[in-house]
Amino acid sequence: MSVKSALDKPAASPPALAVSEWLERFALVLVWAAIIVVFGVLRPESFLTWSNFSTILGSQAVIVILALGLVVPLTSGDYDLSIASNLTLAGTVLALLNARWGVPIAWSILAALAAGALVGFVNGFFVIYFRINSLIVTLGVGTFIHGITLWLGNQQTISGVSEGLVTAVIVTRLFGVPLGFYYALVLCAAIWYVLSYTALGRRMLFVGRGREVARLSGIRVDRIRWGCLVASGVIGGMAGVIYVGTTAAADPSSGLTFLLPAFAAAFLGATTVNPGRFNPWGAMISVYFLVTGITGLSILGVSTFVQDLFYGGALVIAVTLSQIVRGREERLT
Amino acid sequence: MEAEITATAAPAGAPARPVLRLSNLSKNFGGVHALDRVSLSVASGEVHGLLGQNGSGKSTLIKILSGFHAPDPGGQLWIDDREVSLPVAPEALREHGLSFVHQHLGLVPSLTVLENLLVYDLAVADRWAINWRAEAQRARELFARYDIWLDPLAPVSRLSPVERAQLAIVRAFDWLQRTRRAAGASGLLILDEPTPFLPAHDVDALFRLVRDIVRAGTSVIFVSHDIDEVLEITSRATVLRDGRVAGTFATAAMDKRAIIHMIVGEHVDLETMRPPSKPRGARAAAIRNLQGGTIRDFSAELSGGEVVGLTGLIGSGYDEIIYLAFGAVPAVAGTLELGGRAIELARLTPNEAIAAGCILIPSDRQGAGAVTTLSVTENVNLAVLGDVSRAWALANSKLVENAASLVERFDIRPRDPALLFGALSGGNQQKALIAKWFQTSPRLMLLDEPTQGVDVGARAQVFSAIAKAAEEGATVLCASSDYEQLGAICDRVLVFSRGVVIEEIAGDRISKSAIAEACYRSA
Repeated sequence: MSVKSALDKPAASPPALAVSEWLERFALVLVWAAIIVVFGVLRPESFLTWSNFSTILGSQAVIVILALGLVVPLTSGDYDLSIASNLTLAGTVLALLNARWGVPIAWSILAALAAGALVGFVNGFFVIYFRINSLIVTLGVGTFIHGITLWLGNQQTISGVSEGLVTAVIVTRLFGVPLGFYYALVLCAAIWYVLSYTALGRRMLFVGRGREVARLSGIRVDRIRWGCLVASGVIGGMAGVIYVGTTAAADPSSGLTFLLPAFAAAFLGATTVNPGRFNPWGAMISVYFLVTGITGLSILGVSTFVQDLFYGGALVIAVTLSQIVRGREERLT
Repeated sequence: MEAEITATAAPAGAPARPVLRLSNLSKNFGGVHALDRVSLSVASGEVHGLLGQNGSGKSTLIKILSGFHAPDPGGQLWIDDREVSLPVAPEALREHGLSFVHQHLGLVPSLTVLENLLVYDLAVADRWAINWRAEAQRARELFARYDIWLDPLAPVSRLSPVERAQLAIVRAFDWLQRTRRAAGASGLLILDEPTPFLPAHDVDALFRLVRDIVRAGTSVIFVSHDIDEVLEITSRATVLRDGRVAGTFATAAMDKRAIIHMIVGEHVDLETMRPPSKPRGARAAAIRNLQGGTIRDFSAELSGGEVVGLTGLIGSGYDEIIYLAFGAVPAVAGTLELGGRAIELARLTPNEAIAAGCILIPSDRQGAGAVTTLSVTENVNLAVLGDVSRAWALANSKLVENAASLVERFDIRPRDPALLFGALSGGNQQKALIAKWFQTSPRLMLLDEPTQGVDVGARAQVFSAIAKAAEEGATVLCASSDYEQLGAICDRVLVFSRGVVIEEIAGDRISKSAIAEACYRSA
């Protein structure tokens, strides 16, 4: 017999709660503003320039898209470690078709997205059908498709992709910021809408938080988990297309280094805007928060290893913070 | 109370020396007396039965002995004539050779018999060079001594249920033999309902093992619901009722009927809570030839507005019906007829069950009923997401409004649907779950222990919500081991034993004691 009393819970007075809640939501944004001020004071001539900011905004679109892609399966309780390999696969498929075989760019992009969807489908097949942990499946599938990518592209960078793509991603600017950033922004808004304003989004949340509760409430849990993995596959493919657009070439390996920053941003994002939940705005802000720190430090002349320190450290700290948020919620129960 | 004491027969031949003696043990949970001045002694070399209904205090007593609960001040415990300080410390258990086998046995199915056998050693001793060959040999000898034949290297998942129980018991016995250090300690093995999931002939095998253990000089406390088993294996037994000792007797001097009487007691039922029996409505639903899990064959005609209770002793399968009828656990065979449709239960999914007009409120509120880390608003709206607003454009304001009106209608406190579900008390959590599902006006409501861990006030509210839903025409199937609850809300109660209905109690014959008696007779 578990006698639980509502009286055990600390009853925070409403006004105090509102302020602390607001602080918690936007703490990351405040810290972000603070580091901009610090670097701006230290290096006003190079850091505080519009070209620096627009470069940051545009160049990080790929990582933003990857982080957004991760938010989807993370919400429904699954990992997708194959998302970065998916990026390189899609990039290679796109470049092969377009640059090597002369397939029109639109069809090449569709093929790249289809490749991403296929990888997501295979992930889902093993996760759902054989009940294997998604961490293991996507780790293995990711490595496997990286092998395929190397094989397809003969381990070489494929250049000569249609100028149209490059123009549409990085050359054309709106308010001085490359279009690639706006693609990420639109995706972010779309995911935010689905998660916040659709029944589907609410179901994904329940699947992630309580699979049995979701199942007994009539939610088709398997379908949702599978669908989320396919979605992260497609979004990974999208990131591949944007990546090719920023470099006009498909490098079979460099995209893999984006996996960790994307995870760090997705988890760090779960501590802000809507704390305790994976959320797209939080993920997007986190990407820029992290890259601001790295850019600032490198302008100060710190070596490139700072990137690893920053991303690795951020991931662990982010997970710790979200655990603390979780822990506080669990103590309430 | 006093009347029962006369039924207490003098122990046949005063027990030589008590292995365990406890006196005046009490335990309060927030004002509820789970145990009230309980005294008990277990003689050396005896199997002592411990009987009582759910909530009679058996498990609290066992948990105090195992050191899980600290009793209220004033109680005393002696083991081997030496006073043991309370709460019981793990070292004291080892020193005196007390060892427990709980109902769920505590085995890890994916590990081998040998690894499971050694788990206690591995937990307390830092061994840096385990000789697995020698350990396997020792295990074989141990098994041979008790005439059980297990391969130490086989995974536990391949053992039959009775083999698992044997392994758990031998493990506990072996552990107490090797750890007891106190002078003259003969050891005490506490078996907490090890049998409810075993078929009858397997119980015999288990009892042979228990007798061998007693022959080796160790005493046993045998906790059970099954009176026949208690009659067979124990020399004396104690019955707890409402946290007190209702009597201790020598088993040979008692018969089943007298024991049932002692367990159930002369309760004045709260019959006033019972609504007058209503005439049965038209048939609204039917379950035919349901098989699956423990259930061997179950059929029932259910009419609209009827509240049907499902009960029985633990292991009888009564609690499986509602999960099988909802598709939450796959059935082997059977059909559910509802709203003019016949649904194959073997292929039913919860999603289709809900579409057909069923709902399920599971007993595991926090694991299967609701997500405690999400808000009440989100939890109660899960059942109606698509209906309250359009699927592709949730009107969050409407969801909040809906939650606010449910909180009001079902009296969920505090009146703040933005709170996390987990921040509610057990009773309010249950009311929230009822709100979540009852708002959909289902045709068939499947409830499992709807008032478990629920305070008295909320309990009455849950009852009236169920009665109201029935009044509006819903059919309710309610699985429960709370006989008082069944007595208060049911039009019919089906009593299960070993997977089949053995008795139907209907109308004015329903009372807490009638249900309890039927259950214990069935064992």
